[in-house]
Amino acid sequence: MFARKNLALAGTLLLAAALLLAGCTPAPSATSASVSGTLLVVGSSALQPLAQKASELFAVANPDATVTVQGGGSGTGLTQVASGTCDIGDSDVFAAEKLDAATAATLVDHKVCVVGFAAVVSPDVTVTSLTQQQLIDIFTGKTTNWKDVGGADEKIVLINRPASSGTRAAFKKYALNGAEEATGVALTEDSSGTVRSTVAGTPGSISYLAFSYLDSSIKALSFDGVAPTAANVAAGTYGIWSYEHMYTKGEATGVAAAFIVYMTGDAFKASISSLGYIPISDMAVSR
Amino acid sequence: MPNPMARKTLGRINRTYWKHEGLGRATVTVAGLFLSVLTLLMAGFLAVKGLSTFLVDHRSPLEFLFSTKWSPDADTPAFGALIFIVGSILLSTLALLISTPFSLSTAVFVSEISPDLGRNILQPAIEIFVGIPSVVYGWIGLSVLVPFLRKSFGGLGFSLLAGSLVLALMIFPTIASLSADAFRALPADFREASYALGATRWQTIRKVLLPAAMPGILTGVVLGLARAFGEALAVQMVIGNMIRIPGKLTDATVNLTSIITMDMGNTAMGTPWNDVLWTMALLLLLISFLFIVLARMTGRKRRAVR
Repeated sequence: MFARKNLALAGTLLLAAALLLAGCTPAPSATSASVSGTLLVVGSSALQPLAQKASELFAVANPDATVTVQGGGSGTGLTQVASGTCDIGDSDVFAAEKLDAATAATLVDHKVCVVGFAAVVSPDVTVTSLTQQQLIDIFTGKTTNWKDVGGADEKIVLINRPASSGTRAAFKKYALNGAEEATGVALTEDSSGTVRSTVAGTPGSISYLAFSYLDSSIKALSFDGVAPTAANVAAGTYGIWSYEHMYTKGEATGVAAAFIVYMTGDAFKASISSLGYIPISDMAVSR
Repeated sequence: MPNPMARKTLGRINRTYWKHEGLGRATVTVAGLFLSVLTLLMAGFLAVKGLSTFLVDHRSPLEFLFSTKWSPDADTPAFGALIFIVGSILLSTLALLISTPFSLSTAVFVSEISPDLGRNILQPAIEIFVGIPSVVYGWIGLSVLVPFLRKSFGGLGFSLLAGSLVLALMIFPTIASLSADAFRALPADFREASYALGATRWQTIRKVLLPAAMPGILTGVVLGLARAFGEALAVQMVIGNMIRIPGKLTDATVNLTSIITMDMGNTAMGTPWNDVLWTMALLLLLISFLFIVLARMTGRKRRAVR
């Protein structure tokens, strides 16, 4: 009788323990050399659609491997891969830009593709091309009317990403040449999706998006006269682009290594292009 | 006790006890303790992370609370959170000012004027309001309210006003249903005595019932305020997140919850930037503690009145 009572009590405790554990992430188990096991990829929401696509195709080729892709942002990806919570951390920026030097040194960078960024405006704006200086003047708040850059007499509405965003960091670095944006004059939108719908719906607005988010609801501007296309990025004539990184803690092994090889391999190149990214092997230039 | 019969009986009693009392007791105790511990752990975790801005990064609490300079990505970063704090206070206060008259009127209507209509139509409607996810409020705000405000009042549409209106709608059910409960809980003697003295229904409501139900109404208002303070998603979608203190109702602004949701995923744990977001979260927790204490105090007054 006591055995039975204890059994039930043990069951209750076990349930509680299970609830407690349900919130924790399983430890990475991608240590074996064969391509089976589980892989957790966390980080950049800009890279997430591509990583998701890769995980689906990868699972077809490797039925014994389970790849889980999560967003959360570049900062989350880098923190979690550095602490060993996930196997691969996706990032829009180099690890050293987010983490302290000692932690960043424990991570190994795998550049999986290139993503281009374009300045985008609402459909009512007549301007089709801006020079770097014009962009800098607009985003630092010096130019506030479209007529000063060849457009109609219409107020410019700035729409920014949060200061921590990888897209904003890349745009600031390569399009604005590092110029400090004006504070307190720009709307801030949390994600690329909301930037796109806000620009589409706000007359006179300007923002910036990765190529993978461009569509017909908004207008992408040429930069110094060069159209924002994958071909121009690959040829090196269009300068606003950055690498998408997959970081591993130490050298990649097991499923992680196989997954990264798959993402950068020839079989996956068509998917990279069709989703709006640019394969590394197409690039005529590097940074 | 070597008697086998007695052992068997005892066994049955024990089993019966377990089935009818012990099992339930164990489940409830474990679940209750688990939740209490979890709450304490969360508060503790938040305190540790939040205080590291001051203890580890050695930023000054005065800078955090009273500086408007927010430039986390600059070479010499500044982490003044005053703009976000002011934004949160303005948004919730305005929401409360807009929502309370409507909520109170609804409560009077469903409890005093037309209880039948209230029970059958208004009460279910209020409950539906509670069940709508906040992203839906935000989305409707973004696609209907923002363009409407842009056309009607000029500006960008993304504004303090848009945020307050969305919040007002979201806290309306909390205030309305708690106030209606407060009215319903009043003894019938109050109404009868007032009518017996020749008071009209309006006089009864205004001079007798409203003052008597006030502690319950205030509890509702405080809980509504707490919800307004903590709401993130719906507000973030319509206020524009412009990092400055708004000069007028149609200006865009930002609040504590918005800056936390926008920056948390993109900043690495342990960096001063990330720590300061935790500090804001800790501040939100402290504010909600304060509101809960206030709500309990007004609730206690209600018992004293009766």
